[in-house]
Amino acid sequence: MTELDLSKRNGAGDVQQIDRPDSLIMLALRSFAHHRSGMVGLLIILLMAGVALFAPVLAPYDPLEMHAEDRFQPPSLSYPMGTDEFGRDILSRIIYGSRIAFGVGITSVGIATMIGVTTGLIAGYAEGMFDAVIMRFFDAVLAFPAILLAIIILAVLGPGSFNAILAIAIVNIPTFARLARANVLVEKNKDYVDAAKAIGSKPVRIVFRNIFPNTVSTILVLITVSVASAVLLESALSFLGLGTPLPAPSWGSMLSIGRGYLYMAPWYGIFPGLAIASLVMGFYLLGDGLRDALDPRRR
Amino acid sequence: MIPVLIIVSFAVFSIIHLIPGDPAEIMAGSNATEAQVAALRHQYGLDQPILVQYIIWLKNVVTGNLGNSLINDFPINTLILQRVPATIELALAAAIIGTIIALPLGIIAALRPGSIVDFVTTLFSALSFAVPSFWLAILLILFFSLYLKWLPPSGRPVFSEQPVEHIKSLIMPAFTLGVAMAAKLTRYLRSSMLDVLNQDYTRTARAKGLGERLVVIRHVLRNSLIPVITVFGLQIGDLLSGAIIVESIFAWPGVGRLTIQAIGWRDYSILQASVMFIVVAFLIVNLLTDLAYGLIDPRIRYS
Repeated sequence: MTELDLSKRNGAGDVQQIDRPDSLIMLALRSFAHHRSGMVGLLIILLMAGVALFAPVLAPYDPLEMHAEDRFQPPSLSYPMGTDEFGRDILSRIIYGSRIAFGVGITSVGIATMIGVTTGLIAGYAEGMFDAVIMRFFDAVLAFPAILLAIIILAVLGPGSFNAILAIAIVNIPTFARLARANVLVEKNKDYVDAAKAIGSKPVRIVFRNIFPNTVSTILVLITVSVASAVLLESALSFLGLGTPLPAPSWGSMLSIGRGYLYMAPWYGIFPGLAIASLVMGFYLLGDGLRDALDPRRR
Repeated sequence: MIPVLIIVSFAVFSIIHLIPGDPAEIMAGSNATEAQVAALRHQYGLDQPILVQYIIWLKNVVTGNLGNSLINDFPINTLILQRVPATIELALAAAIIGTIIALPLGIIAALRPGSIVDFVTTLFSALSFAVPSFWLAILLILFFSLYLKWLPPSGRPVFSEQPVEHIKSLIMPAFTLGVAMAAKLTRYLRSSMLDVLNQDYTRTARAKGLGERLVVIRHVLRNSLIPVITVFGLQIGDLLSGAIIVESIFAWPGVGRLTIQAIGWRDYSILQASVMFIVVAFLIVNLLTDLAYGLIDPRIRYS
């Protein structure tokens, strides 16, 4: 945090040279670095991203390799998290499952951000008919509870990873559109927009080059929180048998199957859930830290 | 609300018509001739244009006729009415558990910011966001059903025949749903109370010599509950959608489980009806919340 020593500036006569003020990005970064839970969240995410990236190196076994003689082995040195109903190593499956969690979470939120922010920006700047129609449509989408809407979409499209990504993206689009629109409505009346208009900038340029960069911070926070709920939603859909198809090691479907064997193999119902909760917690804490760091009033 | 309902009902109706697979062929079975399939299609109005089908369906829904199951011709009204009490019972129990947890936690956290209770509250709300309900359910089953053998892992015995078993089977599903609600309520109650504690009228109440208990209960708590009511209403809506997963895990025979079962059965008339039921209930709860807001806070009046 930069502290300007006012006494020196106001001192009679001898005005000292003031350091050049830090850029807003540096301020935010420094504030974030002091946010303890935010840093913990970042650390969890980096760690799990590393696991996803280096899965082939880290996983002791192939996630699909069956060991018929080792079905339902409790956690041991050779199988640190035990084995499942086909004798597959649960740790290796969880390690590879992180690729699905990250993949689905980030792709779906990425799609939702692109579509939602673009429509929200345009609707907020254009107002009028386009704005009214598209926002009423998004209101109707929001009238559905998220999980129910995702379930209906998957019932229509059929289960599968790609369709799950689409469903989660669709569920998230209205929130991004609303936020982007609200941002534009605030920003469009500011002087810099008038200035841009005065030098003859076209609306598209004003929206995307002038206004958009000023709204990035709030959108960034929404992205982190949305990835957290996207990971949750993917695992819930897979748990219901509508998401990532078997035998791919999605954490949700692992829990769904493990539930049937709780008596024989309690570990089967524990470790995949631990993985989900850790990753979601990571994004949740990161979002919290970013919100505090990017909001000048909270800094 | 009416325009939203019409858009939503049309969305539910048409989305579900996009589901692959011809219901007439499913009903007729694999040995049916083309003529038999066509006859069925005609009988159920499936050969009409989709807009006509929608208007017929909407007319029936408004007059309380949800049609029959496509698979076994069972009247859906009866089916939904059989399932609704279980869902309402579960949601009510969850709301009660959520409130019982949230009230003391939120109040103490606000009165003693920075204390252990405050820290526990923060941790509790972060955890309840990150822990998926189906995992919490599995952990509860592991501990209370398999390890302690206190509670049944699933089912819903008839209350009039086995009242004790019935209550026991309600505990875990209601707790699973209630915890998520409690976390959000606690957070909102805490921040709302902190807000009110700094208001001038709270200082006045203290200044005129009221005891701390009276200040907190009569002045602070009452006023800080106003915004919490909104959150409570939204949470009831969340309970309804959370029930979809929780009911499936605990084999709780409510509307949520019916929705998932209907997908498995490919019975889209049941799916339609149960989805419509959940969405309408969601919208009605939101409306009631808005109205309750006006009753509690005389400053808000709807014209």
